[in-house]
Amino acid sequence: MSTAPPAAKRWLWLHRFAAPKYFYNFAAKWAKWFGAAALALFLLGGYWGLFIAPPDYQMGDSYRILFVHAPAAWMSMFVYAAMAAAAGVGLVWRIKLADAIARSCAPLGAAFTACALLTGMLWGKPTWGAYWVWDARLTSELILLFLYFGVMALYAAYEDHQVARRAAAILAVVGVVNLPIIHYSVEWWHTLHQAPSVMKFGRPSIAPAMLIPLLLMFAAFKLYFISALLQRARGELLARERHAQWAAQLARGSYRGE
Amino acid sequence: MHTLPAVFFALAMRDVRIAYRRRAELLYPPLFLMLASMLFALALPANARAESAPAVIWVIALLASLMALETMRRRDYARGLLEQLLLSPQPTAVLVLASALAHWLVAGLPLVAVAPLLALMLNLPPHAWPELLIGLLLGTPTLCLIGGLGVALTRTARARGALLAVIILPLYIPILIFGSGAVRMAMAGFDAGAQLLLLGALLLLALGLAPMAIAYALRATYE
Repeated sequence: MSTAPPAAKRWLWLHRFAAPKYFYNFAAKWAKWFGAAALALFLLGGYWGLFIAPPDYQMGDSYRILFVHAPAAWMSMFVYAAMAAAAGVGLVWRIKLADAIARSCAPLGAAFTACALLTGMLWGKPTWGAYWVWDARLTSELILLFLYFGVMALYAAYEDHQVARRAAAILAVVGVVNLPIIHYSVEWWHTLHQAPSVMKFGRPSIAPAMLIPLLLMFAAFKLYFISALLQRARGELLARERHAQWAAQLARGSYRGE
Repeated sequence: MHTLPAVFFALAMRDVRIAYRRRAELLYPPLFLMLASMLFALALPANARAESAPAVIWVIALLASLMALETMRRRDYARGLLEQLLLSPQPTAVLVLASALAHWLVAGLPLVAVAPLLALMLNLPPHAWPELLIGLLLGTPTLCLIGGLGVALTRTARARGALLAVIILPLYIPILIFGSGAVRMAMAGFDAGAQLLLLGALLLLALGLAPMAIAYALRATYE
């Protein structure tokens, strides 16, 4: 005989977790911890990257922007995938939390993308001799920024928030289908960008002294994203549930959480 | 009686007929194309015209197809057709495809038809004309399908025109790259088969996925 709980009961924890009023409190605590961990790793990785890691034998010190550029570029794509996944879940299962997360991802992802573009430009000036070249990966990143802007614009474009959420979620999912097409159509231009050196199969082609701070920065960016996402999703849910009882209690200061 | 193909053709013919009754409007996108390429021809130095022709023609074709979408929205969604589509027992995706086909016939095909004139204005060498025309024939239906999705997503939004451009233009980029790339390859005397095949692949992909996405978008954003 099976001892598994019935289906309804098995998913109860998820419903409980995803209910706005539980999430609101729960996320506040976690956002703080993730934020603190992100700050610590950021300081450690930043110090290591800027002062301890050796200079590059070709690029000298200018390569150090990599410690911000690579994590930001990686997050820009990761956040898009997360946004599309949350949007898909929100569309299929109509979970409010998933909607809130999808919407909160968009400005964060756009910020990471802008950061990757800016640091890429700053690095490009001493290395390639120009702030902007129509290199395949810079171009894809720029298009990614516009895709984020499209999703954000759609969220803002409707009086009816429900319609806005659905429309923007569909665009986010469509963007995932389009991203590889856009990426390869640009990639098959000539490319100037150096090949990825961390994610290569087998041994990464980067010295361990540089790899460790880079990984620290990757972790810092990821944790910062989680922290900021939780905070944004809280605000999003509060705005959406502003007519619910718990929100009214919260405003009066009498809500203690459940 | 009302089989799916019958409904498909009836719907497509309805849209074509309505567009034909207002045939003055049909002329706007091709007129825009010719005016825009005239502006480019006058602004560009004479020795750069032919070299820029593939880029100029494709970019303004993209913009013209974007402009034509507004007409599509007014024709299809402002007159109660949407309710009919959603209430119909036929699959919405197929009906959406019929509407997209009609839109291509009245807004996409005229763009292809005036392309030789644009090529003349911009001194595109004649040996690159076939690639330009085949590319436009393969690319404009994809533009219509992607644009149809944009129209469905922004149907009742504020500031639709600009919003549509912001949403749709990034998705148009691969078509622009392969389309203008094909013409440029042909101008340089190389084989442009790869680019044209990729345009065809994008068309097939859009034919398969876009109608479903549009139907889903219409249903999900219907208040």
